[in-house]
Amino acid sequence: MPEMPSIPTGSLMAGKRGLVMGVANERSIAWGIAAACAAQGAEVAFTYQGDALGKRVRPLAASIGSDLVLPCDVADDASVDAAFESIAARWDGLDFLVHAIGFADKQYLRGRFLDTPRAAFLQAVDISCYSFVSVCQRAVPMMRNGGSLLTLSYLGAERWMPHYNVMGIAKAALEASVRYLAADLGADRIRVNAISAGPIKTLAASGIGDFRYILRWNQLNAPMQRNVTIEEVGGAALYLLSDLATGVTGEVHYVDCGYHLVGMKNPAAPDIAIVSE
Amino acid sequence: MSEIADKVKKIVVEHLGVEEAKVTPEASFIDDLGADSLDTVELVMAFEEAFGVEIPEDAAEKISTVKDAIDYIEKQKAA
Repeated sequence: MPEMPSIPTGSLMAGKRGLVMGVANERSIAWGIAAACAAQGAEVAFTYQGDALGKRVRPLAASIGSDLVLPCDVADDASVDAAFESIAARWDGLDFLVHAIGFADKQYLRGRFLDTPRAAFLQAVDISCYSFVSVCQRAVPMMRNGGSLLTLSYLGAERWMPHYNVMGIAKAALEASVRYLAADLGADRIRVNAISAGPIKTLAASGIGDFRYILRWNQLNAPMQRNVTIEEVGGAALYLLSDLATGVTGEVHYVDCGYHLVGMKNPAAPDIAIVSE
Repeated sequence: MSEIADKVKKIVVEHLGVEEAKVTPEASFIDDLGADSLDTVELVMAFEEAFGVEIPEDAAEKISTVKDAIDYIEKQKAA
């Protein structure tokens, strides 16, 4: 059942309206962000893809007083248009948008990147990167008083990670998109940033090979010797989405317990094995 | 019934919102208890958390009934 993350309440986001795309369930990073924003007074709308996710998102939305929950398939322009039209019918403007959407065929999230076929490559980049550009195109005209656009990335965009493969390439394109969008939109007081979160056990992560090993490795070797939580990503997102960060754009902000600075295994960390049958 | 079996049943009842009487050992999550494919992934994650065990993907794919889950967790706990 939905649990409200323990996040400080306040009025940082009072009067702000935002769309959060990509909540799957109460473990979702996007949910951590939505809950943090709501606890600070934001009004939040949600989109989901498919009925199985819709039935999970609705009760979460209701728990923060939102009934603006819309289907949206980012692979389909008409579906994206319809979602934004529904939002425009309810709200006269938009202050922030959170894009927490990615996809790659599971079959290619293991083994060698070299073996990625064209279709799997294009699909990963389409759903995980172009979708951000596409939703920004629709959100920007609604951000007449400035705004904040946020997406989620991972260190696998910059460095090799086992099994991350084509997602790493898609995230690299996404991070570059953040910079180009930030340049395009800066004069309109619309900021564009990404959070590069450490690994978190979400529904989506269950598709990544040896994910438990990755979690354990990060926990043992991150400077803070633990993994991040969705509440912590929510807190960092709150900063980027609120007026606390009006001077910040084009940034990829790490929320990873410091893992990004690590160059080598911590000698004190025990050797661990991949868990398999 | 073992403590593990009891706890598994409780998690299934809570997660799927089904009547306790329906959660028999032979009950299939998808065919008998109305789970969708995401529910089965979520159930495995809930079991892992509740029992402090790791259920790798290839093992998770073979867990389709309540008994499958109980047997796997009992085996892990005994190891």
